[in-house]
Formats: sequence, C-alpha cells, structure tokens
Amino acid sequence: MAQSFPEDVLVHVFSFLNCDKDRNAVSLVCKSWYDIERSSRRRIFIGNCYAVSPEILIRRFPDVRAVELKGKPHFADFNLVPEGWGGYVYPWVVSMARAYPWLEEIKLKRMVVTDESLELISKSFKNFKVLVLLSCEGFTTDGLAYIAANCRNLRELDLGESEVEDLSGHWLSHFPDNCTSLVSLNISCLVSEVSFSALERLVARSPNLKTLRLNRAVPLEKLPNLLYCAPQLVELGTGVYFAEIQSDIFSNLAEAFLGCKQLKGLSGFWDVVPAYLPAMYSVCSRITSLNLSYATAQNPDLVHFVSQCSNLQRLWVLDYIEDTGLEALAASCKDLQELRVFPSDPYDAEGNVTLTEQGLVAVSEGCPKLQSVLYFCRQMSNAALVTIARNRPNMIRFRLCIIEPRAPDYLTLEPLDTGFGAIVENCKELRRLSMSGLLTDRVFEYIGTHAKKLEMLSIAFAGNSDLGLHHVLSGCESLRKLEIRDCPFGDKALLANATKLETMRSLWMSSCSVSFGACKLLGQKMPRLNVEVINERGPPDSGPESCPVEKLYVYRTIAGPRVDMPGFVWTMDEHVSSRLSRATE
Amino acid sequence: MEGIMSHENDLNLKATELRLGLPGTDEPTSKNNKRAANELVEDSELLKGKSDAKAGDIETAPASKSQIVGWPPVRSYRKNVVQPKKTEAETGNYVKVSMDGAPYLRKIDLKIYKGYQELLKALENMFKLTIGEYSEREGYKGSEYAPAYEDKDGDLMLVGDVPWDMFISTCKRLRIMRGSEATA
Repeated sequence: MAQSFPEDVLVHVFSFLNCDKDRNAVSLVCKSWYDIERSSRRRIFIGNCYAVSPEILIRRFPDVRAVELKGKPHFADFNLVPEGWGGYVYPWVVSMARAYPWLEEIKLKRMVVTDESLELISKSFKNFKVLVLLSCEGFTTDGLAYIAANCRNLRELDLGESEVEDLSGHWLSHFPDNCTSLVSLNISCLVSEVSFSALERLVARSPNLKTLRLNRAVPLEKLPNLLYCAPQLVELGTGVYFAEIQSDIFSNLAEAFLGCKQLKGLSGFWDVVPAYLPAMYSVCSRITSLNLSYATAQNPDLVHFVSQCSNLQRLWVLDYIEDTGLEALAASCKDLQELRVFPSDPYDAEGNVTLTEQGLVAVSEGCPKLQSVLYFCRQMSNAALVTIARNRPNMIRFRLCIIEPRAPDYLTLEPLDTGFGAIVENCKELRRLSMSGLLTDRVFEYIGTHAKKLEMLSIAFAGNSDLGLHHVLSGCESLRKLEIRDCPFGDKALLANATKLETMRSLWMSSCSVSFGACKLLGQKMPRLNVEVINERGPPDSGPESCPVEKLYVYRTIAGPRVDMPGFVWTMDEHVSSRLSRATE
Repeated sequence: MEGIMSHENDLNLKATELRLGLPGTDEPTSKNNKRAANELVEDSELLKGKSDAKAGDIETAPASKSQIVGWPPVRSYRKNVVQPKKTEAETGNYVKVSMDGAPYLRKIDLKIYKGYQELLKALENMFKLTIGEYSEREGYKGSEYAPAYEDKDGDLMLVGDVPWDMFISTCKRLRIMRGSEATA
C-alpha cells in the first residue's frame, strides 16, 4: 500500500494523541502506523507490573520518557498480601537504565523500592524530573539522599503514603544549592525532622514550587517562614498544627496566609489545635481541596472551618464531622464533588460520634455535583441508599464501609440488597463500587444486570453461593478489577467464567471457597493468565484437591509466570504438579 | 478456661488443670456450669480473634472484640497517625507547680498519686521543704509553707478541703505559698 503521508506528518499527527486507547487503536491500522506509533510513544502506563516484562516493553517502545507502574493488589493496603509477595521495581530500573537514558518520569504505586533502585535512578537518567512513590516500601532516607543529590533537574518528589525507613532528616540537605527546579515536594509520610534551615533555603530558591506537603515534625511556629518564601503555593500540607496558644503565633500565621493568594489545597493538620484554624480564614474561600483526615478537631470548630470553604470540591475528614457537620456542609459547599469520611476509632464497635446514614443522605441531597464517596459508618438502611441513589444518578465512585461485617438494614433488619441495587440501577455511570453490610446473591444479580460501566468492585463478607460471583463475572461488561474476601464463592462460577478473566486486569479472592483443584485447572486451561495461589500455612497440595486455597490472585499477562515468587506463592500452570512434588522430595 | 475444662471431665483433665485456689479444694460445680456457657462463648471469640488477627492489627481494643485481619479496611498509617482523642485514663494530668520565691516552675502528674498524703510528700521532696499537718480548722500548721491550688474558676484554694477525686478534676495549677501570705 502506497504511503499517502510522509512519516514526519504522521508523527506530528500522532503527537496529538495522548490517551493510550487512541494510540493502541492507531497501532492496529497497519504495520507502518504501528511502527511510527511505537517509536513516538513517550508515556507508558502499566497497571500490573507482572502483566508485561521490561524486555517486552523496551522491545516495542524504544524511546519512552515517562513510566507508570503498579505492583501489589489493592488489598495489600489492608495487610491481606503477605510480606515479600513481590512488586520489585529494581529489575525495571536496571533495564530502563540501559534502554531509556532520557527517561524523565517514574511513577510507582504499591511497589517495593530499594535504596539501590533509587541510587540507580539518580545516576542513570540525566534529565530525570519526576519521582512519585505512592504506597511504596523498601527504601530508607539514604535512598532519598541520592535522588536529592544527583537529580539536577528534579521537578517533583512525591513520597505519597509510602513506608520509608526513616534514618534521619539529613537527606534533604543533599539538594545542591543550584537546584532551583522544584515544582512539587511531598514528604508528609516521613517521621524524622529535616533541617528547617535547609528546607527554608530549598523552598526559597524554588520559584516554581506549587505543591509543598510537609511532615508532622515541622512545627507550626515555623510555618509562616515557609509561606513567606513561597507565596505562590497552590497546595500546602502543613506540619503539626499544634502550638501553645499565643497571640503572636496566631497573628504571624494569619498574616502569612494572607499572602498566599494562589492557595487551593490544604492538608496536614496533625494534632490540630482548633484555636489556630481561624488563621486560615483568609484563604478558605479559594480552597477547593481540603484533607482534614488527620485533624482530630471536633464540632463546632470543625464544621465552622469547613463551612468557610464555600468553593470546596473535595473534602476528606474524620467522622468527628458527624451528621450535623455534614448537613452544614451540604448547605454551604454546593460544588462538592468528592467526600471521604474516615473512622476516628475503627475498632470501637459502638463509636462515640453521631455519624450515621443521615449525614450521607444530606450531602447527597445538597450537593448536586457529588460523584465520589468513601464513607465509614456504623449503620445503614435500604431507604437511605435508595434516596442517595435517586438524588445522585451522577455518582461515579461509591464506597461504603459499614464497620460491623454483615450488618443488616438497621431499621428493617433485612439485607441491603435493595439499597445497593438502587445504586447500580440509578447511577448508570458508576465505575467503582465497594459494598458492605448484609448482602445476599440478589445484590449481585442487580449488579450483573445494571452495572455495565463498573470497572472495579470490592466485596467482603457477602453472598450465599457461586451464583453471586457468576452474576458479576457474566454481567459486568466493563469489569477490570474484582477483589473479594470472605465470601462463599467457589469453583463453579470461576471456571464457568474463565475467559472473562482474560478481559480483566486482575481478580483477588481470599478466604473464599476456591479449591486447589480448581486453581490448577484454571491455570492449565488459561495460559494467558497467571493463576497464583498464596498459602502461608503450607503447600496447597498438602491436603486433598478439594481443599480451599487461602488466597488466589489471577491476572492476565504476556510475560508468563513470574520468577520472583516467595515460598508461599505457587503459580498454577501445566508444570505445577511436578513442581510441587519435587518441592516435597 | 475453667469453663472449658469442666466440660471435659471425661478426659480427666481436672487432675492437670491450672486453676485458682488451693490444691485439693473444689469449687461448687453448679456455679462452674453456669459460668461455663458464657466463658465458652467469650473464649471461642477470643481464640477466633487471636487466630485471625496478625500482630500488626491488634490494637488496644477491648479483649471481648475479636479482630479480623484487614477489617475495617483502613490503611495502617491512618490507624497509627490518628489517635482518637486520648481519654483521661491514658494521658497524664500534668499541672504546673510554682513556689513563691523559686526561679522556675515544676510540673507534676496528679494521676500518679493516690491521695493528698502522697501528693504532699512528693511536693516536700521536690522543693525540699516541710508542709505540715492539715486540719480543717487551721489549714497547714507547723511550717511556713501552705499548698494552694487554682481551680477551674480561677480561685485560689487551699489543698485538702475537698475530696481527692474532686480535687484532681478541678485543680488547674498548684502554688506553694510561703510566709505571712500563707497563714490566714
């Protein structure tokens, strides 16, 4: 076929395509378009690091500038994935150091990152700009020192909510005096005190700094110094928001905030002293994002502060806000899009705050743009869920956690099937759903029938039989991630929907009733899936084939079984039986 | 544990069981049986909790609540960083102590004393002085020092007039008064 456009023109046209879906579609048109697209793709997103290997990546895309990788399954956040499971970034860094000398960005989520990896990153990529480590672990502040010292053009260093072994705060002082490129710095997860004067000088010489999230160790009295150095900040995470109550500290703080005309986002607020909240009143009306999920302030101080933020779009808060606070929120924050209410005392069965379904209903009524909810509470009713669903058909993410497992509708004592059914039926754009409370197979029937745009579903302590799982796997056309714990789902639904699993990113099932035999069968029949059994108590074949496995993680992959599994993970493929019998010899 | 043991008499565990009480004595079995049912339930819940929960997940939760791994689904840094408002039982009840003429103040935790005697002894030790005997009629006789405190209303009160529990809940700071000021 004659080439109608010169290659340069096609490259130029493709440069306007940023979304992976479009680029993937373009690659399928013909071989020359495939070749042009692959050599011009600069940004890569890999949602499961084991779905592909560094070699395969590099072979197809020779000139990549930004890589985003995700490792452990989501339930790792709740300690369900044992230590040592995997998700190591080092092999990726080694390969990319050779193949992508011009790499600028690395973003990782739930991966194991070592100091060695950080050192290699800092020395291999001359134009390295962005390092984002969300919920990662395995490194120390020594690793950070390499990044600070060697990345001359560093723009972004975001440690997210990573677990860092904090040896000292000295690493921050490794930023050289001629490093003036910082745009975003998030060290909020660190415990150790960094040298304040080093921090102050760093902030002062970073005229492009837009995001600064401090750690708890930065005292409140010193915050004004930083604000004066960076009045252009758009997002601020305070350090500890605690100090002895003194009028000069207050006035310094208030005056410093006055100068921050660009501030849109606030977070931090550890150990908050409510008397100091009014120091921020001058910025409240511009605030669109507010994270008070560490602030142990109570009403009326809490609600008074939140109500000042009339342009709020996102609010993360503890359940100290209570129903009354949420009613006030619904009245004053009409632009609210996202609400997350976290439990102040997750292990107390009764709770000592008055936060019920009423608060969420009020917000769903008063905030027409509300589309994303994460809500921890201790009681729920079908009536409330139906009301919420009818109020907010524009809901996209709905995650409800009723603290007591299998808690029924507290008014009728019935399962919450009808309520969640209303959610999926009314909210036709729903992409993410987490459920809790007493739920039967019926709710899964509703989900399979209505939740056609659902991409991620989290289920716990729910359902009666395999029928529940079957409804979901056979009905949810857009499903990408399914995570299940403590549900009576077994072999039948899984095996009947084996091919569905190839259309999804991953499936997690723990404390369910999937037998070892079924896992073996699935692994043998589906070569493009990695079927991994996690059994900490011993090899899965130590009992009969009908014995349920502890945890199961199934994901599609083009890289074959992984080679870095710890002793408690077995991959189910055609060789599994011989491998297991060899292991016991 | 006694409840479970008493149901397993046929295994003759009684001979080896650990229990409170002198060897050779036997508790009335009817009382045992009545408690047995409740204890069995509590024990099995405790055992379930222990086998389910991993070390990292066991918080300072009441023993009667069994903990499930990873539930509720709250990330661990949220559990650690956000301490619910500590109850009085956990934090100390520190108050400042000033002494007339002393260059700096001290601080003591009222929680650790069981009564006035212990408190006064501690003050005597801390400031190297004698406070004297308290009497309702005459206050503190026999020394030039008198312990006073500032209460919730801001009034200066003599230590010892009110019951100990009332004192520790209303005392905001202590002041050891001296000389002519101290005597009425």
